[in-house]
Amino acid sequence: MTEVHVALRGVTRVFPATATQKEVRALGSIDLDLMRGEFFAVVGPSGCGKSTLLEIIAGLNSPSGGSVMLEGKRVDGEVPDGVGVVFQEDASFPWLDVTGNIAFGLRPSGLDRFEIAARIAHALRVMGLTEFASAYPAQLSGGMRQRVCIARTLVQRPRVILLDEPFGALDQQTRFLMGDELLRLWRETGATILLITHSLDEAAMLSDRIGVMSARPGRMMEIIQTKWSDERGSRVVATPRFGEITARLWDLLRAESTRAMTGVP
Amino acid sequence: MTQTLRTALLVGCMMAVWQLLFWYAGSNALTAPLDTIVATAQLVSSPAFYPHLIETAKAFAVALGIAISCGILIGFTLGVYRFASDVAEPVLVGLYSIPKITLYPIVLLAFGIGMPAKIAFGAIHGVVPIAIFTLGAVRNLNPVYVKAARVMRLTPWRIASRVLLPGAIPEIFTGIRVGFSLTLIGTLLGEMFASQRGIGHLLIQAIGLHNIKMIMALTLLLVVIAVAASAMLLAVDRRLRRYAL
Amino acid sequence: MTPGRVRFALAALLVLLLETLCRFGVIDRFAMLPPSEILWHLGKILTSGQMWPAIGKTLANVALACLSAVIAGVILGALIHRWRALRETLDPLFAAYYAIPVYAFYPLFIVIFGLGDFPQVLIGFMLGLVAVIVNTLNGLDRVPPVLIKTARIHRFGPVQTALRVTLPFAVPYIFTGIKLAVAYSFIGVIGAELIMSRTGLGYEIGYAYNNFDNAVMYPLIVLVLAIAASVNTLFFLWEKRLIARRRR
Repeated sequence: MTEVHVALRGVTRVFPATATQKEVRALGSIDLDLMRGEFFAVVGPSGCGKSTLLEIIAGLNSPSGGSVMLEGKRVDGEVPDGVGVVFQEDASFPWLDVTGNIAFGLRPSGLDRFEIAARIAHALRVMGLTEFASAYPAQLSGGMRQRVCIARTLVQRPRVILLDEPFGALDQQTRFLMGDELLRLWRETGATILLITHSLDEAAMLSDRIGVMSARPGRMMEIIQTKWSDERGSRVVATPRFGEITARLWDLLRAESTRAMTGVP
Repeated sequence: MTQTLRTALLVGCMMAVWQLLFWYAGSNALTAPLDTIVATAQLVSSPAFYPHLIETAKAFAVALGIAISCGILIGFTLGVYRFASDVAEPVLVGLYSIPKITLYPIVLLAFGIGMPAKIAFGAIHGVVPIAIFTLGAVRNLNPVYVKAARVMRLTPWRIASRVLLPGAIPEIFTGIRVGFSLTLIGTLLGEMFASQRGIGHLLIQAIGLHNIKMIMALTLLLVVIAVAASAMLLAVDRRLRRYAL
Repeated sequence: MTPGRVRFALAALLVLLLETLCRFGVIDRFAMLPPSEILWHLGKILTSGQMWPAIGKTLANVALACLSAVIAGVILGALIHRWRALRETLDPLFAAYYAIPVYAFYPLFIVIFGLGDFPQVLIGFMLGLVAVIVNTLNGLDRVPPVLIKTARIHRFGPVQTALRVTLPFAVPYIFTGIKLAVAYSFIGVIGAELIMSRTGLGYEIGYAYNNFDNAVMYPLIVLVLAIAASVNTLFFLWEKRLIARRRR
């Protein structure tokens, strides 16, 4: 029986009215428990607040209402220890080479040089970047750059990894491969993973549970259990269970997506 | 046709136009290209010239140093705080586009005649574009870099020094390039108004004596120095942007 | 607490500070007059009409320099854009242009053209011209090929295409160049007037300075800066509207 790793209660996010726009209720209210070591995906129509939710869990923003607890401690606008984030945009620093990028978060941590070097070498190997250790992001493809960002996150040994549509900019084939890699990392690190994705396929084939969000203001409409065993990823695409899950997801989302597109509440 | 050939052609055409103008306007108005080049060479090789060159160089170096340090400091501080930059940016842009030469009498009244005034002229011309470009560089840096740094729990100081500054350097350097040229102009103008030494002073003197050859020789020298410096800075700029995405 | 109001408050504080420092003798009258007196003298100068010829002359020269720089710049920009070889040859000139201290040519111009208005206008023109050309080129570069194909389907010739498709598309970018030309015209003309001219506001400021006449010098400086700042701001706001219409 696993324990609750991250607990959200009544989380809402309201952007106050400014001179140019009215008040925006981006999120709310969300009640959610992430179990330790699980792979949880979040899907929902555009603009439903998925990214806002991720940033609140990460501590990059404060919730307007409700609470977020990580390992029993409150998360409120400050990034707690043990959290890693991979963003949709390429966040690799163009002025550092791959090794410099990966080492970036480790420098101030007080680890000794040998430990740092060992972790970097391990991360390079795990992400298949060893021969690109001295390359600069400008010389790499989009997929490689995302790998650098993932390596940079891994090297800090996070216990929670949040990914905000990390493969959004990649083509379909690369996405499948990266999905399998993500599974491999998940198994190796044992971290709790929250993956935001707009790809229903991706959510269905990778995760233990899928949270389906409504249109703005986003609420958790339903949580689907995939009941996958260790066998998952691109290999389960042909199974009937995969089809059931994606059909159910689309059922839930069809009305919400229309609502999001036309703006009719 | 390669680029060097093209540039040579360009310079050749400009020389030709110059020569034609000379034949049209006469030696009371212009000096022929070849004669000017000879005069410039003579000027540079005469020992009396060097004190003036050093004077200008000293004033320029100090003015540029002030412009760069103040400009980056101001621009960076404003760039980090969004509201401050909202308030200050139009002011800076306004300062950039007004004829700052109108302020010269005030500078002279404040600093008197001599080196401090020249340095002040140069610095006020250079600091504004450097501040503007630095402000823009910091403010427009892709926000995802700061978010990534926050997730890695860097302190605000480290975020500023290890993310904002390196990320902003290419754009800051563009501001330095612009500031370089403007500081040079300001320093020269200062020497024209407020000095008994320096290249600007030689220029005013030549004007007073109606010494066409000297005027043209000095102008040619200034153009060559300015273009050479600009080309070098451009090369550095390209190198800095090599890794930019 | 909008940025505009903060700016206004800061400006008011600065004026107040200067006024206090002047009145209390911290800044002596030889160096600077209190702002209130400067404004009062400015009022006197404007109502007495003695400066209107100079103001008119300066503004006329600025307008002339700006207009010619814009017209010549747009036409040259459009022409240079058509001929790649020409553009590639001129590129280093454009890149190095603003490094050159254009004021250094001023003595030359006086010697060639005499002490009339032409040298000032020429300097303003020269400063603004390349800014307009470079921004026109930039704007024309950005015309999406699909619009040019549309023009060809409508069987427009080169002049028609330029006038009805590419130049209208490029207007916001060209306008950036126009904005710069306005600023440079002020800088060029007034700077040249100050250095060596017999007429115009720049000259009057220099004359007042040489005669220790702070009561004329400071108001004129304020006037010049106010006019330049207002005109620049007008064009800046106009540019914002043009760009806002294009963007979402």
